[in-house]
Formats: sequence, structure tokens, C-alpha cells
Amino acid sequence: MARVAFTDNLKRHIACPVVRADGRTVAAVLDTVFAANPRLRSYVLDDQGRLRRHVHVYVNAERIADPIALSDRVRPDDEVFVFQALSGG
Amino acid sequence: MSDRILLATRKGFFDVRRVCGRWRIAATAFLGDQISMVLRDPRDGTVYAAQALGHFGVKLQRSETEGRTWHEVPAPAFPRAADAEKGPSVDYILALEPGGAAAPGRLWCGTIPGGLFRSDDRGASWRLDEALWNAPGRAEWRGGGFDKPGIDSICVDPRDPRHVTLAVSTGGVWQTADGGGSWRPTSEGMFAVYMPPERRKDPLVQDVHRLVQCAAAPEGLWAQHHNGVFRSTNGGRRWREVKAIRPSKFGFAVQVHPGDPDTAWFVPGVKDECRIPVDAKLVVARTRDGGASFEVLTRGLPQKDAYDLVHRHGLAVDATGTRLAMGSTTGHLWVSENAGSLWTLVSGNLPPIACVRFA
Repeated sequence: MARVAFTDNLKRHIACPVVRADGRTVAAVLDTVFAANPRLRSYVLDDQGRLRRHVHVYVNAERIADPIALSDRVRPDDEVFVFQALSGG
Repeated sequence: MSDRILLATRKGFFDVRRVCGRWRIAATAFLGDQISMVLRDPRDGTVYAAQALGHFGVKLQRSETEGRTWHEVPAPAFPRAADAEKGPSVDYILALEPGGAAAPGRLWCGTIPGGLFRSDDRGASWRLDEALWNAPGRAEWRGGGFDKPGIDSICVDPRDPRHVTLAVSTGGVWQTADGGGSWRPTSEGMFAVYMPPERRKDPLVQDVHRLVQCAAAPEGLWAQHHNGVFRSTNGGRRWREVKAIRPSKFGFAVQVHPGDPDTAWFVPGVKDECRIPVDAKLVVARTRDGGASFEVLTRGLPQKDAYDLVHRHGLAVDATGTRLAMGSTTGHLWVSENAGSLWTLVSGNLPPIACVRFA
């Protein structure tokens, strides 16, 4: 199972501890996470299920290539990291 | 008169109360988060706060304890489109209104990018008004200040909750008589001189910054339009420009006296490409004769080096029409106890204020 971790900035709004989740793609892994934590979905994905514009997902050291369908492959020992772009003032 | 004001600001929710004759900040919530809209539903006392979390999207918080405790309810969201790449997503909550005394639990929510949502269960679930979203002409809506169009004002007819009048920036005024089952544009008489000549009177290009309806005389409507001030005395079937507004015709905010459709307040700015008070003097323009003439109210407001802008939801009037509150982009909050004749500063250290409402 992949290890999924979230930015501390998100933890300010909603509980999202590090979890282990099954899935062969980023979409599948996140679906597993959201099944256990449904409210988290709308913080990471927009109304259409796309990655929010200012949210980034990395698999290990690589930023995912498909923020629309989240089809990037995930292997069982990968680390998936969800964090935010920096903006604002 | 109402002794409580709720504020939506760039950095949180503020609950301001009048205690022993003095207004003070009684409570805060969501400090650090952008709040775009607040509402205390007078029908059941529920308080709502819409968050615009820059990274993590729009959220809706609800309190049944007058703001002491909150819990998140689902925010309005568009249904999944066939093409996920192109489908819409709610960017911002720009309007939130109770659905009328005869429709308990109903809320209307106006958003950027132009979706209107209805809840019949106090925000526990939301449904896109498909009739408006798919209405002929909706594709002509454009962004006005934001990248995408926004429904900024929702007026529920106090006589009939099925009759709703709303304003779009930009997209004009629209009305439904059947609770959102069908809609028609009602912007006749509005115009926008900055548009190409052939489109100036097009009802679908009118940039209505804010629309308000008189509670006691719902046929009386006022609009602060990008091009100036417009008024309707027949429920929006026909609009006419109010030329007497001064010191300028540009602005965002308007309020109407709940008991007198001839009395209204505006906060003019220089013009669209220079959104500061005229001569750096913050003033409120008040008419008591239906727009035939205006008084420029200055007492208690800064008349030197003032660069405050009052956003479209930054001016509020209470149910008596006597008490007003006004919040600015510079974080000033003023209250007037006499219909705007004299203003008192409550705080000058708030974050930029998006919405001021009596509760």
C-alpha cells in the first residue's frame, strides 16, 4: 500500500493523518483515502474531480503529470504527497 | 434596531455587538481564512459563513449556536460534466439569501462562475438551478472584476418565495416566478456605454454590481451598475438611469430602506479605472425622493487621504432603516444610528471587508 501524506496547511482545516492506501493510480489511491475521510475530497479535488488548481500531488519526487484524471501510476511502496502551491498575502 | 453585525473579511469572520451603547468585536472565527459571505437566517437563527480557501476551495460553515460552534456542511458544487476537463467548479460564494418566510429551510446561493444553487434543507445539500445555467443567453455572461461571471445579488420576493430576482456581474438582471424552473432577463432600460454601440442596451451584457429590493414595496428595486445607478418601480420590467447621483456614478454598494422604496444609499468611487473615493473623501450618497436628488453624507467619515473602497456587500441597513453599517477594503467599520447622517468608527484595524450584515 502506498503511503499518503498531506501538507500541514491542510491539517489546519481538516484532519488528514498519514495513511496507507491501496490503488494503482493516484485517483485510485485518493479514492481509497476519501472513502474513509469523505469531507477531505473537496479540499483536494474540485467539483469535476480534478486536482484543485493550487494543490499539487507528488509521487515520490515527481509531480504528477495528469491533474485532470489523476491517472499517474502508483506502486505499493510509493509515497504520495499532497501539498499546496504557495500564494497569497 | 439590530445590535449585531456580522462581517466577512479577508482574514476571518467577525461578530460585532452593541453593548451598553458601544460597538465592539464580540467574537471571531476562522481567523486567517478568507470569508466571502455571511448570513444569519432570521427564520431560525442559523449562522452561515462561506470560506474561500485559496488552495482548498469553497467551504460552507454552519452554526446553530450563534457562532460559538461551527460545523462544515457541503458547499454548492456543480454536477460532473461529460468532459471533466471543461466542466465548471465553484470558485467563490458571492451571494447567500434565505428563501423566504413561506419556504423554511430554503437558501439561495450565487457563485462565481455564475451557478445559482438552491438548498431546501438549510445547506445540508445543494442543487444547481439547471434552468438558469442552461438558459439561452447565459453563455453571454462574462467576468466583471473576476475572471468569470458571478451572481452577486439574490432578492426573494417577500410576498412569494417562488419569485426571485437576481443580478449578474456581468449578465444583467434575471427573474423567475416559479422557484427557479424558468428564468428571463429583465434588464430593459439598463445600458453600458463602454460596450460597442450595438451591444450597449443588450440585457445580457449589463454589469450589475449590486441589486436590492424594498421589503415593504418589492416593486421598488435599485441597482448599482458599472455604468451608473438604475432604478425600477415596476419590479424590474423597466429600468431608468438615476442621473442625480453624486459625487460620481460609479460604485459597488447600494442599500434601500426596507420600509420606503424612495430612500436608498450608495458609496460612490471615482470611476471604474480608479476605484477610490472622489478627492480621497469617503462619502455616502443618500436619496429620499426616489433618486430625484441626493445628499452627500460626510459627518464622521474621513474627508482627507481616504482610499477606502466599499465592496458590493459592504453596506448594510437594519430592518428599521435607521441603523446602517459600512465596511471597507481598508478594514474600517462604521455604524450610523441615524440613517447615514452621522457615522461612528467602530474599528479601523480589521482585515479588508467583503460583507457586512445585520443579524
